[in-house]
Amino acid sequence: MLDRTGPLLAVKDLQAWYGESHILHGVSFDVREGEVVTLLGRNGAGKTTTMKSIMGIVGQRAGSVRFEGQELIGKQSNQIARAGIALCPEERGIFASLSVEENLTLPPVVRPGGLTIDQIFELFPNLKERLGSSQGTKLSGGEQQMLAIGRILRTGARLLLLDEPTEGLAPVIIQQIGKTIRALKQQGFTILLVEQNFRFASTVADRYYVMEHGRVIDQFANAELDANIDKLHEYLGV
Amino acid sequence: MITIFGIPSAALFGQLLIGLINGSFYALLSLGLAVIFGMLNIINFAHGAQYMLGAVAAFLLLQWTGIGYWPALVVAPLVVGAFGIVIERTLLQWLYKLDHLYGLLLTFGLALIIEGLGRNYLGSAGLPYTLPDSLRGGQNLGFMFLPNYRAWVIVASAVICFGTWFAIERTRLGAYLRAATENPTLVRAFGINVPVMITLTYGFGVALAAFAGVMAAPIYNVSPQMGSELIIVVFAVVVIGGMGSILGAILTGFGLGIIEGLTKVFYPEASNTVIFVIMAIVLLVRPAGLFGRRA
Repeated sequence: MLDRTGPLLAVKDLQAWYGESHILHGVSFDVREGEVVTLLGRNGAGKTTTMKSIMGIVGQRAGSVRFEGQELIGKQSNQIARAGIALCPEERGIFASLSVEENLTLPPVVRPGGLTIDQIFELFPNLKERLGSSQGTKLSGGEQQMLAIGRILRTGARLLLLDEPTEGLAPVIIQQIGKTIRALKQQGFTILLVEQNFRFASTVADRYYVMEHGRVIDQFANAELDANIDKLHEYLGV
Repeated sequence: MITIFGIPSAALFGQLLIGLINGSFYALLSLGLAVIFGMLNIINFAHGAQYMLGAVAAFLLLQWTGIGYWPALVVAPLVVGAFGIVIERTLLQWLYKLDHLYGLLLTFGLALIIEGLGRNYLGSAGLPYTLPDSLRGGQNLGFMFLPNYRAWVIVASAVICFGTWFAIERTRLGAYLRAATENPTLVRAFGINVPVMITLTYGFGVALAAFAGVMAAPIYNVSPQMGSELIIVVFAVVVIGGMGSILGAILTGFGLGIIEGLTKVFYPEASNTVIFVIMAIVLLVRPAGLFGRRA
């Protein structure tokens, strides 16, 4: 049964290992329906591993990941995707042996309510022009990022995991991605974002969790950002 | 008598036809190997034995149940493909994360076991498989005589090869396959059941080998070692075409069959080695193969 009163995603005491190395040591946080929540932290704090653990693609994990009240910790990643979570990975994961169009339509629709191809082109007009391109990896970095976000919007997933969508991109493209995230929020998507760039995060996020050494060490709302700015500089070492 | 480059045209076209026939089998088998390697990362050394099983299945179907050539062309690949699926689920699936060498050793061992069992129950003398009546006879083309069955083998092989290429390169299911070859983890995280896809891919590759085996049964005798004789050449074809390239496997298969046939006409002494000479040259000049992508 769906639990409508609880958070959309509830992560409790999440632990993860890559082989022998213990990366996450009990991560807990919530994402409520319609929110944009950002995980902040230095390199190696465990942000990407948290994303991968939610998606079920790390070596070994323990703890609890509940989505719409359903426990996902024992599920395989294909079942987790079918439950309605979609990942846009840090390395973007555009397939070289697929055309742009094939890349865009690759992720299967897991439930109704996803965007149509035309709605995706409204968000990313550049993609429409590059549709005929024979190889997905021939696109520019920004276009690849738009393709990586665009393709998961079709699937009907309600929770989007965006791992550093602005990494290595030009300011004008970062702005466009910020605009897109706000538009997606307006359309009712729930977003968990990993960011190094908290100036960018502050233009889209409702709340923040700060991670260090595989744990969540602090949290605050966007309205509290100014009050916490010194602490945040210290956490992030900037 | 008409001659071309001093060679009687009948001999030339005759060898060209034999080359095309051999090329059809090279193409079908190297295609299966390429599909399996792309998806499973396993060099399927049991491919020759699975080809032989196809021929044996067709032979036994005829002997035991009277099921003829046409139904056998469907039934034998299904049965041998199912056997392949059992092998993948019980043995191969544990090897994907290990070095290629382990898969090669395991499938090589399987090939030896299957062939040994074949010799034990069927003997090593070849067993004849009678042609279906519908494919007896042939056409006189004026410059040569074309047996109907040979023509059928070439056409059927070309159709199957093109169909497989089309399914992989031009359809949605093929896009899943290509994507999973590149990054299985991410494809699975999109909600696609990649392990099932891998199992079915192996079953399909094995079924292709068995299909080739049924087609070969009326041409060559059905014998336990028919696969091991062929598979060495097929591996050379795969190396020349480039591991994992679908189109490369098909074109190189037909091309090398023809080159081998022509060598028989112009310099018969080299006909058994020409493919390996070409392989050596290709490895020196383009180590990834003619159509291979550098990893």
